Amino acid sequence: MDGIIQIGFFVVLLAIGLFAGRANEQRHFRQLAADEEDLRDIAVSSDRGAAAAGSVRNAALVVGSVVIAEDYFKRVAASLKSLIGGNIMSYESLLERGRREAIVRMKKEARRLGATHVVNVRLETASLSEDWRAQRPMFSAEFIAYGTAVTRTP
Amino acid sequence: MELTTLETVPGKTITRHIGLVQGSTVRSKHAGKDILAGLKNFVGGELKSYTDLLNESRTEALDRMVEQARAAGANAVVNIRFSTSNIAAGAAEVMAYGTAVVVS
Repeated sequence: MDGIIQIGFFVVLLAIGLFAGRANEQRHFRQLAADEEDLRDIAVSSDRGAAAAGSVRNAALVVGSVVIAEDYFKRVAASLKSLIGGNIMSYESLLERGRREAIVRMKKEARRLGATHVVNVRLETASLSEDWRAQRPMFSAEFIAYGTAVTRTP
Repeated sequence: MELTTLETVPGKTITRHIGLVQGSTVRSKHAGKDILAGLKNFVGGELKSYTDLLNESRTEALDRMVEQARAAGANAVVNIRFSTSNIAAGAAEVMAYGTAVVVS
């Protein structure tokens, strides 16, 4: 009886992860595509970029960050995939979402400041799931994108 | 106080280098937020309460860094970097560091 309840619990969590998680992910990707299209006029570079030209002003630090977590389906898919090795697709899409979201938020802050470029951008990822209480906690990670927003003067 | 991730402040010149300044803060995810985040974990996606928590921490770390720079007589901090590390017991350290300079 206990076994059946456990299996039932597992199946329900798996189904929630599969359907709600996937719907969430697809909505997030659509949102990201729209935001990125909207923010296309702000140029982002990981080097000095526009600031190298010297004709920029209003330098300001801008930061975008997001904490994102896996769903139950991704967790199970990942642990199955890690038995045979290779790309863990379910995590690749998760990390991509996190990183793109962080960049979008950074660009939104730059737009609020009226900037035209964000230069010297750095990306950071920090795993937050090393929890001492759980044997194998759910994976969650923080993504940060930060850089210097500048306005190019003609 | 001018803050940049560049080695200079665009449009200004550095007249004096003061040196490394840093600020950090350690925050724990409080129990209520942790339980909510635990539930959210089944559907995945953004953990808004953690995003906010770490944003607050980063602002705090940055403030402390700026405080240190100001105390040293700087009016700008260049080459700023952030780092987050997960230390034991569900707490995260957020650190900001950079080089304090005087610009004109």
